[in-house]
Amino acid sequence: MAETKTTKTYTRQDFTSDQAVRWCPGCGDYAILAQTQKVFPDLGVDKENFVFISGIGCSSRFPYYMDTYGFHTIHGRAPAIASGVKLANPELSVWVVTGDGDGLSIGGNHTIHLLRRNLDINVMLFNNRIYGLTKGQYSPTSEVGKVTKSTPMGSLDRPFNPLTLSLGAGATFVSRTIDKETKHLQDMIKRSHNHKGTSFMEIYQNCNIFNDGAFSPLTDRETKLETVLWLENNSPMIFGAEKNKGIRLEGNTPKVIEIGDKWSIDDVLVHDESDYVIASLLSNMTYNPDFPDPVGVLYAVEDTTYEDMMIDQLNEAVKKKDKGSIQDIINSGDTWVVK
Amino acid sequence: MSKTTKQVDEVVIRFAGDSGDGMQLTGGRFTETTAIVGNDLSTLPDFPAEIRAPAGSLAGVSAFQIKFSSKDIHTPGDAPDILVAMNPAALKAHQTEILPGGTIICNANAFTPKNLKLAGYETNPLEDKTLEDHYTVYSVEMSKMVALASEDLGLSSKIVDRTKNFFALGLLFWIYDRPTQPTKDWLAIKFAKKPEIVEANVRAMDAGYNYGETTEIFTTRYTVDKASLPPGTYRNVVGNYALSMGLAAAAEKSKLNLFYGGYPITPASDILHTLSAWKHLGIKTFQAEDEIAGITAVLGAAFTGSLGVTATSGPGIALKGEAMGLAVIAELPIVVVNVQRGGPSTGLPTKTEQSDLLQAMYGRNGEAPMPVIASSTPGDCFYAAYEACRIAIKYMTPVVLLTDGYLANGSEPWQVPVLKDLPPIDIKFADKSSIVDGQFMPYLRNKKTLARPWAIPGMKGLEHRIGGIEKEDVTGNVSYDPENHHHMVETRAKKVETIADEFGKSEIFGNKSGDLLILSWGGTKGACRSAVEALQAKKKKVSHLHIRWINPLPKDLGEILIKFKNVLMPEINYGQLSKIIRAEYLVDIKGLNLVRGKPISSADIQEEANSLIG
Repeated sequence: MAETKTTKTYTRQDFTSDQAVRWCPGCGDYAILAQTQKVFPDLGVDKENFVFISGIGCSSRFPYYMDTYGFHTIHGRAPAIASGVKLANPELSVWVVTGDGDGLSIGGNHTIHLLRRNLDINVMLFNNRIYGLTKGQYSPTSEVGKVTKSTPMGSLDRPFNPLTLSLGAGATFVSRTIDKETKHLQDMIKRSHNHKGTSFMEIYQNCNIFNDGAFSPLTDRETKLETVLWLENNSPMIFGAEKNKGIRLEGNTPKVIEIGDKWSIDDVLVHDESDYVIASLLSNMTYNPDFPDPVGVLYAVEDTTYEDMMIDQLNEAVKKKDKGSIQDIINSGDTWVVK
Repeated sequence: MSKTTKQVDEVVIRFAGDSGDGMQLTGGRFTETTAIVGNDLSTLPDFPAEIRAPAGSLAGVSAFQIKFSSKDIHTPGDAPDILVAMNPAALKAHQTEILPGGTIICNANAFTPKNLKLAGYETNPLEDKTLEDHYTVYSVEMSKMVALASEDLGLSSKIVDRTKNFFALGLLFWIYDRPTQPTKDWLAIKFAKKPEIVEANVRAMDAGYNYGETTEIFTTRYTVDKASLPPGTYRNVVGNYALSMGLAAAAEKSKLNLFYGGYPITPASDILHTLSAWKHLGIKTFQAEDEIAGITAVLGAAFTGSLGVTATSGPGIALKGEAMGLAVIAELPIVVVNVQRGGPSTGLPTKTEQSDLLQAMYGRNGEAPMPVIASSTPGDCFYAAYEACRIAIKYMTPVVLLTDGYLANGSEPWQVPVLKDLPPIDIKFADKSSIVDGQFMPYLRNKKTLARPWAIPGMKGLEHRIGGIEKEDVTGNVSYDPENHHHMVETRAKKVETIADEFGKSEIFGNKSGDLLILSWGGTKGACRSAVEALQAKKKKVSHLHIRWINPLPKDLGEILIKFKNVLMPEINYGQLSKIIRAEYLVDIKGLNLVRGKPISSADIQEEANSLIG
């Protein structure tokens, strides 16, 4: 969220750079780029105040295609570079584009520390559950047993769940969307932008070359109504083709129930974005065959941002000591004069 | 009995004791007082990496050496004239370095059977007469006397015993005729909330002073005249503090915001601490999650128009290498400070070394040249930091600033600089002149400096993308073109070489030709200068040249080298700059490479010089 509102009217074209887009044909990244370019004119920010920072990976080419300020950096470090950008000028709207390898493996440390500090930075984590740029090794979100070039007998790693990870790291905004759900993707970009504090957005993104169909149960017309739980704040958690399934809490345990004879809509858990326990329960439905995958805003709470506290300290220091000159410090201490 | 006063030119004192004995503090107070008296001085703190090694053990000995003089001096001295040993381990660790005829003052109360055993003494050296053949030994019951001095204060005996370092300090103040009042004032501020602690320390110091004054044990006190330093206002300054002031001065002169990102590491952490306390100057400091985040946050800030600085030591530089390469290709102005320590790996964290020079020069993948500057004295850390910032901004390049543990923690009298006299740092951010056919050209260079324009987020119409993939010159677009890559490699190298145009003629100390040229870089400058002065006094044809910029080297270096029959380069490494200079100028440089975690002494250099030229 940038501080100053623009008075200008932009179009999608204003955010499209002159560089040819070079992702593989059919890559989910195209859809994400298109929705970003489409929604950015509506964010109300002067375009010179947008900055895109990325690391390394297919997704990290993203900044080259946005006609904003952009910095395509080194593997995993985008959150740290973005932190420097935001702290140097808190008025900017700063976006990190990263992937499951970049943001959760080589750069996992920076991701969690950005989240705990709560700088007002928007993280878009493209999760395709595979390494694309290096041509198809398993990633930290790949399922156990994934057969890839580096794991011919199946991977042994248990995967990260990006949502539980970010909640554990103290994120104030945690959401998930899907590349193919264009309208929802736009909404999530807007929600991220409007959240003051670090917003973490996991985007399920299909790599049609090395991990095609990784999310097809969630995107195929035949299955998706049963496999996705669309979250809406203050609404009951209902899903299914007939909208007759819901999530019910039995003690501390969520259960899928069928609304009908035994259960009514009143038995269904109502989503509350400010409830950490609900967010936790939801995030753990990921990778769980007994549950639909939650999609939408799991968690959103307001908390002070790091940069606001930093500015407060700077102002406080000036108030206490006056805006000084280094000359005063140079001249201080025990001095003596040689004539 | 009357006391005699003897005038001497220079004195070297070493305070040594257990880590918990407050030796660094004692040395610091003696240094500040000596500065106020007007002597020239140089100091060398030497402490263990362990915060508190077992009390009384050899591993736990902490020492602080100060040399002070009525003359211009360059080093903290070789062998001490006087050793203050607060326990047997301190005596054991340092005794061999005192010259025969030197003086030893011990806290007799610490020479207990337990402490003697810990230090490896079979008999008490204060009683078995083994020392007296070579040294003048004063065995003083410091612990007992401070206990008596403060017995009515109601403090625990443990707390009172901790004031024994101030007894030693008071005694040394008496011997060398220094005032106690500045330390009393300092104590009153330091322990403002604990007046009884102030009182106990003042009593201990007075007791030590009076012990010298009234007992008949000490018959001679010494005076050291004021040094004839150039006119001006002086203060004492420690290297890391001077460096921090230099960074802040560069920010103020350039009107840029200083953004410092870093991760705590010995011996660089004091720079983070110092800058963090200067928030009223608008300085932003960021303690990052690791070394890599430290430098990458700084790069982000530099991309956004701040003066970005990070400081670390060798292991941290190893981690920052990839980001330094990104700074090279993105051509962003940052300063990377390496306060060198003993390596490899964790090595000797609290000891000094010059062994990261090749790392600074070449420790990155690809052809990734960076300007490298090295400071030569604690006070020079200010100017080297200022210069590093000025060059980084002017040429749009990352710069490495090398200091070391000795410079970082050492101190010297320092003529207080006036900001307006420092060279200007002019910032010219990008403007419309870098727009061609409606597009901003992020690599459209200044023809003279080859600097690219600095356009920062928030500037309208200059939106652009940079990154770690090779750029097409001028447009900054991603380019895999072979000819362009070669051109960019060349351009980045040339940009660094161009900086040498700023240097004047190299200043040689001594004749421009002769039997021997002693070359120095970084913190060995003082020892080399002392050695050359001593050799010249013996009519040897020896000169000294100090190299401030390691990359680029001064343009006249080659022609200077060939005018001497021999070239000697002392370095606290296994021959790093000598390797580069040999390769660059095909001159057979002799190295004096002593890698012991401590400064090379003037005596070491004189000995080597004599063996070369007889």
